[in-house]
Amino acid sequence: MADMSVKVCGVDFKNPIIPASGVFGYGREYEELFPLDKLGGIATKGTTLHLRTGNLAPRIAETPSGMLNSVGLQNPGIDHFIETELPYLLTKDLVVLANIAGSTPDECAEVAAKLEDTDVHMIELNISCPNVKQGGAAFGTSCEMAAEVTKRVRAVTKKPLVVKLSPNVTSIADIAKSVEAAGADAVSLINTLLGMRIDINTGRPILRNNVGGMSGPAVFPIAVRMVWQVANAVNIPVIGMGGVSSGRDAIELMMAGASAVQVGAAIFTDPYAPVRIVEEMNDWLNSKGISSVKDIIGTVKPW
Amino acid sequence: MKYTQGQYIIKEKSAIAREIYSFTISCPEVAAAACPGQFVHIRAKGFTLRRPISICGIDKEKGTLRIVFEIRGEGTAEIAKLNAGDLIDILAPLGHGFTVNPDFKKVVLIGGGIGTPPMLPLAKAYGDRAAAISGFRNASAVILQEDFRKTGAETILCTDDGSAGIHGFVTQPFTELAEKGGIDAVYACGPMPMLKGIAAICKEKNIYCEISLEERMACGIGACLGCACRTVRNDEEYFAHVCKDGPVFKAEEVLW
Ligand SMILES: Cc1cc2nc3c(=O)[nH]c(=O)nc-3n(C[C@H](O)[C@H](O)[C@H](O)COP(=O)(O)OP(=O)(O)OC[C@H]3O[C@@H](n4cnc5c(N)ncnc54)[C@H](O)[C@@H]3O)c2cc1C
Ligand SMILES: Cc1cc2nc3c(=O)[nH]c(=O)nc-3n(C[C@H](O)[C@H](O)[C@H](O)COP(=O)(O)O)c2cc1C
Ligand code: FES
Repeated sequence: MADMSVKVCGVDFKNPIIPASGVFGYGREYEELFPLDKLGGIATKGTTLHLRTGNLAPRIAETPSGMLNSVGLQNPGIDHFIETELPYLLTKDLVVLANIAGSTPDECAEVAAKLEDTDVHMIELNISCPNVKQGGAAFGTSCEMAAEVTKRVRAVTKKPLVVKLSPNVTSIADIAKSVEAAGADAVSLINTLLGMRIDINTGRPILRNNVGGMSGPAVFPIAVRMVWQVANAVNIPVIGMGGVSSGRDAIELMMAGASAVQVGAAIFTDPYAPVRIVEEMNDWLNSKGISSVKDIIGTVKPW
Repeated sequence: MKYTQGQYIIKEKSAIAREIYSFTISCPEVAAAACPGQFVHIRAKGFTLRRPISICGIDKEKGTLRIVFEIRGEGTAEIAKLNAGDLIDILAPLGHGFTVNPDFKKVVLIGGGIGTPPMLPLAKAYGDRAAAISGFRNASAVILQEDFRKTGAETILCTDDGSAGIHGFVTQPFTELAEKGGIDAVYACGPMPMLKGIAAICKEKNIYCEISLEERMACGIGACLGCACRTVRNDEEYFAHVCKDGPVFKAEEVLW
């Protein structure tokens, strides 16, 4: 049995696998299938200051080896999260990353401030949701805005602050550097890539929102590239995600520079994916005689 | 554990109409927990998203489930390639099913096209207290009529082109039944315009009505919020989720 534990900005994870925000709700549904404490952590559904109803359906479209979603940050609001969901999650033995979002930097800061008196372990600030008109991706696509939001949230929280980056940019490394300079403790990437599908029989886009965020195995090589570029550009830890569906994928993303790995769409194919991935990573490490998963982080030997 | 995910053996496969297949699956835990109106989420080899298919038969003694599905696209075509003896990967039983009330004396079950399969477990539950109205495009698309008859339910068949049964939509015979009165509940599954029509008649006649909706799904268990549908709860608009709050809703709750 290899040592699967990792540390990200001072927080101990018993293993590096975390269900990604938005695919796992607040954990309750999947607890019907397996105990949550098999996971290293959980990134909770993106939560905003007030309740959001999200976009109209259809919100889901399938793509070759992937999917599009346009949920639009439907969530019950931060107060509900703090009163109802967080206390439940804190009874489990895993790291809770509260994924938050807002339509203005002030709103993001207000949400983060509300978490300050809670025992949540980390804040994951989503500046990269492609499905909301205000805030969301708009923050994540300019270095200035990304830095501005990060600063505002940094000012109100002492919790480890992870900033979640958008892949829908020219240089993700530049955005990563600007949020690092603005006080982020870590970055996580990638959020979904903007995509579109059309039903050729009706001529209408499948998603009611016309466009949506693409994720799943098809985006994996993009995630590997971006994690590698960002890991080389910043001195803070990188949490990697995007299309991970096996232990081998998770190892690859860690070799590219990720200190921990989130799993999104793969959970829809196989609800046990996060647990299976931990086991597969362990098997691979054992087969190579590597005693600790930490030893593979950033070990890629580029040509 | 409310639901299970696993690989289960297909005991029987048959083609019951053109591009429509029936599978009987041996899965005792799921059969033990399942109730009418729930669905299974099937993994199709090579696809990221599972396919939701309603439960069409529950045999708790034999520990089997039956599903009936139509090939609509590549995913269902892939599932249709499976044969008796093969394993099928399902996550089930999912969703909030129909309310079966033993006190109801007369119920009407209405299925349109591939919306008829989920009506069969209800017909079994209500027996001769049920009238099962089924509507199809034409005679070659007709399925499950003998199965409905075996439950003791009165069966009424309609086709759009008159090639079998009554020429016309299910709403015609339903309106006639509703005129006679004495119906305690109506249950329906099928295309949206059909459901909307039925809900309107039920509202007018003040008959309790439950309908089963469809939406594109990712998780199937209420976690991803992908399968939203607009409903009304406590006089307020509310985005419910077809996979967990439904697929069965009270007709009065749905915003069309
Ligand atoms: C609760 C529920 C119960 C259902 N029960 C049955 C049943 O008993 N028998 C049956 O034949 N069909 C049923 N359907 C419809 C069935 O799920 C779709 O026909 C099937 O998913 C189409 O998949 P495909 O790969 O062949 O089509 P594609 O069009 O290639 O599918 C692409 C994507 O769209 C989704 N999709 C396409 N059509 C639908 C649809 N009508 N509803 C939801 N998602 C859709 C697919 O799941 C997939 O994610 C049900 C749907 C729901 C939501
Ligand atoms: C249905 C769905 C909802 C999502 N909601 C959120 C969200 O609320 N906040 C967020 O930061 N990311 C959200 N994401 C993005 C994922 O967390 C993840 O970054 C992305 O899906 C890439 O990983 P994957 O390819 O493994 O799915 C969502 C993704 C999906 C598929
Ligand atoms: S499909 Fe995920 S919430 Fe319904």
